[in-house]
Amino acid sequence: MSTEKLIFEKGAPGRRAATLPELDIPMHPIENLIPVDYLRAQPAPLPEVSEIEVVRHFTHLSQRNFGVDAGFYPLGSCTMKYNPKLNEDIAGLPGFARVHPLEHESMTQGAIQLLFELEQYLAEISGMKRVTLQPAAGAHGEITGLMIIKAYHEHRGESQRKLVLIPDGAHGTNPASATLAGYRTVELRSDTRGGVDVAHLESVLAAHKGEVAALMMTNPNTLGLFDENVVEIARLVHAAGGQLYYDGANANAIMGITRPGDMGFDVVHFNLHKTCSTPHGGGGPGAGPVGAAEHLVPFLPGPLPSYDADTDTYYWADRDPLSIGRVRANCGNFLVLVRAYTYIRFNGPDGLRHVSESAILNANYVMRALQADYDLPFDRACMHEFVFSANRQKRNDVHALDLAKRLLDFGVHPPTIYFPLIVPEALMIEPTETETKDTLDEFIDSMRQIARESVEDPEKVRNAPYTTVVGRLDQTTAARKPNLRWTSQIVTQAASPVATRV
Amino acid sequence: MSYVPNTTAEQQAMLHAVGVETIEDLLQSVPEQVRLRRSLALPPALPEPNLKRLMLGMSEKNADLDHYVSFLGAGSYDHTLPSVVPHLYKRAEFVTSYTPYQPEISQGMLQAIYEFQTMVCQITGMDTANASLYDGSTAVVEAALLAVGSGDGGEVLVSHALDPQYRATLETYAWSRGFTVHEIGLEEGITSLAELEATLTNTTKAVIVQHPNFLGNLEDVRALGQLVHTTNALYVVAITEPASLGILTAPGDYGADIVAGEGQSLGSPLGYGGPALGLFATKSEYVRRMPGRLVGKTIDDRGQEGYVLTLQTREQHIKRERATSNICTNQALLALASTVYLTALGKEGFRELSEHCLRKAHYAGERIGLVPGFKLLFGQRPYFDEFVVGTPMPVTQLNAELRDRGIIGGYDLAHDYPELGDAALFAITDVHTRADIDSLVVALEDIVGSVA
Repeated sequence: MSTEKLIFEKGAPGRRAATLPELDIPMHPIENLIPVDYLRAQPAPLPEVSEIEVVRHFTHLSQRNFGVDAGFYPLGSCTMKYNPKLNEDIAGLPGFARVHPLEHESMTQGAIQLLFELEQYLAEISGMKRVTLQPAAGAHGEITGLMIIKAYHEHRGESQRKLVLIPDGAHGTNPASATLAGYRTVELRSDTRGGVDVAHLESVLAAHKGEVAALMMTNPNTLGLFDENVVEIARLVHAAGGQLYYDGANANAIMGITRPGDMGFDVVHFNLHKTCSTPHGGGGPGAGPVGAAEHLVPFLPGPLPSYDADTDTYYWADRDPLSIGRVRANCGNFLVLVRAYTYIRFNGPDGLRHVSESAILNANYVMRALQADYDLPFDRACMHEFVFSANRQKRNDVHALDLAKRLLDFGVHPPTIYFPLIVPEALMIEPTETETKDTLDEFIDSMRQIARESVEDPEKVRNAPYTTVVGRLDQTTAARKPNLRWTSQIVTQAASPVATRV
Repeated sequence: MSYVPNTTAEQQAMLHAVGVETIEDLLQSVPEQVRLRRSLALPPALPEPNLKRLMLGMSEKNADLDHYVSFLGAGSYDHTLPSVVPHLYKRAEFVTSYTPYQPEISQGMLQAIYEFQTMVCQITGMDTANASLYDGSTAVVEAALLAVGSGDGGEVLVSHALDPQYRATLETYAWSRGFTVHEIGLEEGITSLAELEATLTNTTKAVIVQHPNFLGNLEDVRALGQLVHTTNALYVVAITEPASLGILTAPGDYGADIVAGEGQSLGSPLGYGGPALGLFATKSEYVRRMPGRLVGKTIDDRGQEGYVLTLQTREQHIKRERATSNICTNQALLALASTVYLTALGKEGFRELSEHCLRKAHYAGERIGLVPGFKLLFGQRPYFDEFVVGTPMPVTQLNAELRDRGIIGGYDLAHDYPELGDAALFAITDVHTRADIDSLVVALEDIVGSVA
């Protein structure tokens, strides 16, 4: 129970941490260099603190933050696995971290080679022909993939295809990306096995003949279940002239086991911060490369890294005239891509398969152990994650949110809650492959204890957490009267001249 | 050699507990026809020491700025990085956390982002800033999307002196979302007020201008703002070198409705262009149309102050197809890096940083302009830390000569601005010593001399 003052409330006027070397060039009055109109009247009112205060402040903040390094983080759909320290060291090498994006190709051969090879690895893992590394995150990959599909249909003179089909269990980014790509969405129902309802798909395709641009699918889906009908779904969508989009959020379950390309997908995005264990950094940066089947390769954003065997040089190839263009500046989240490359090279083909298989085993182990205590809406072997419902606990007025908050007291980051939307009181649990059996057993014990408490002492669960630095926060007031920045309560000091006048 | 901790024996016991014999038994739902019945065709696994050696070798094939003097800017900038910055933002508690959806155990990142939002407002003079976007180019796209809104069509005007990569990115999204982008030409290196006036209509949704612009010149930002505000269009100011804000007027003080830009130069590594840090700040009236995450201050059930993600009803996971944006991730770690950076520099240090960039760039500009054959193309225009130099030979040739002398020359404008002839964009910041600048001048003299 504590608070940490804002950095703006610390320090004293005139205090500072970093210093710059003295200027060793001739000093002219600043207004001789730049008209005074362009200059600010006062310096930006940034903090005035010493180095020790900077260090203590941000160290304290870090102590008020929970990461994978601190404990178990079974946050479904987010693949919070261990982030290897090796990858951090590699990404910090000056030859990667201290390289300017506009340096000449002859001076960045290592960087282009790395990207060229990473592209090949990702193409092999996904069964795609080529991959763009530009997208900065999963949702950025989604919009990129949908743009590729849009360009493809336009090129074929089928601009009337304005609909994107999205299963009811999909991530919220799918429909949001479809809107941004200028599409309207149609929701597909799930069947009793947790997969896409094929009959519903058929009827939607029949009702919208020639209008469907794509079906976006996550497989395994957000229930952690592999869609057994994927081949039939692909056949139906393709027969209707649509393209099949693979949301790679759950690709941690399939490496070396199956490939989206082999399932019939035309476009795939990766979330390298999930599958390839690059750190999530409190919400980013991620990386969302997009793979395309052969017929879609010309539409990929460019430029693409390339290799000339004759001269043994790597270069950036001009993009195809059909390319959708750029989706961001520069080549992508390069330092994230460096980590992903390192991860793939460390694991190798068998290691990656072992990763996916172990993720699946860990998930099934926890699911079966807790099945007696929580409702399991779809009783099948799961892939890398699974979804419980807190319906049973709800009878005692204990909700998924309460269970999540109580877990905080056990030193565990709670599962994803209330998602997917098709499961009431959902608890989406993804243990990942990097957790020991001991950790899983402790989690199972904690979950059992909370299930017992929900019956015997529901009040205790409803009032959790007890051990965190703050308790439950008032979200309603936060949204109704947004306080999104600190402002000075004190009268601003007299304006000081912004530049030293010489 | 794996990050999977459980031994074969443990996994066997776990399979047993699940009630199956092998992993294969758990994969029955994957149809046989899509199973990969071979190993992935990838290089074999490498143990950590071997992999380190391999990666070090690959990194050394790149010219890094610890070993080369570089005059490249053009959207990505090198500044002195106080040691305290990486030490703090790279703390594992931050690095290995996810989006702070559980505020009780994420107060550290939430508070840091609240401080970040505040600092972005302090340097831009805007009312509200979000928790960051992917990069500068996509931040500009999001500004255009906010301005265009949910209706069909609409036109956005963009200066020819907006970063060419940003313009290319905007074109892609405009085609996709269905609005048009019209480019406004330049007069003497800055956005033409006359052309803008002639083009601007009451249906224009936004006008996007970069300041300092891509060519390094300072735009007539007040006149632009006044002109834009004679219509309903939003005035979007793009900033790729936020280090300029220590000394230049804050965009909020010259009427910007949205500031969208790149924050890499505030404490994040160049990293060959990524990850970068999209900055996004607006007037308060646009806050509910803002893309991306926002952190707000509130109180807990014990009456203590705390921080939460807020106004989430704008976002994709709630609104789905009606969200203001499809953005899910932000660049929290880099936002944190810039928060630590701006704190370490502080009020006076940030101003000083700007002043050093400006002074050193002007020293360099003056010196380079005196080298025979070289000319500051927009010599009469005020600039911050970048300027365009007309060169007596194609820049590819000049830069090859400079490379031979261990110097990375300016950005070749031939592709993006062929109308300027042989011209390069030089960036000089606080990292450059007088000796660096003098050695560039000597090299240029030497190159002209040997060619003449």
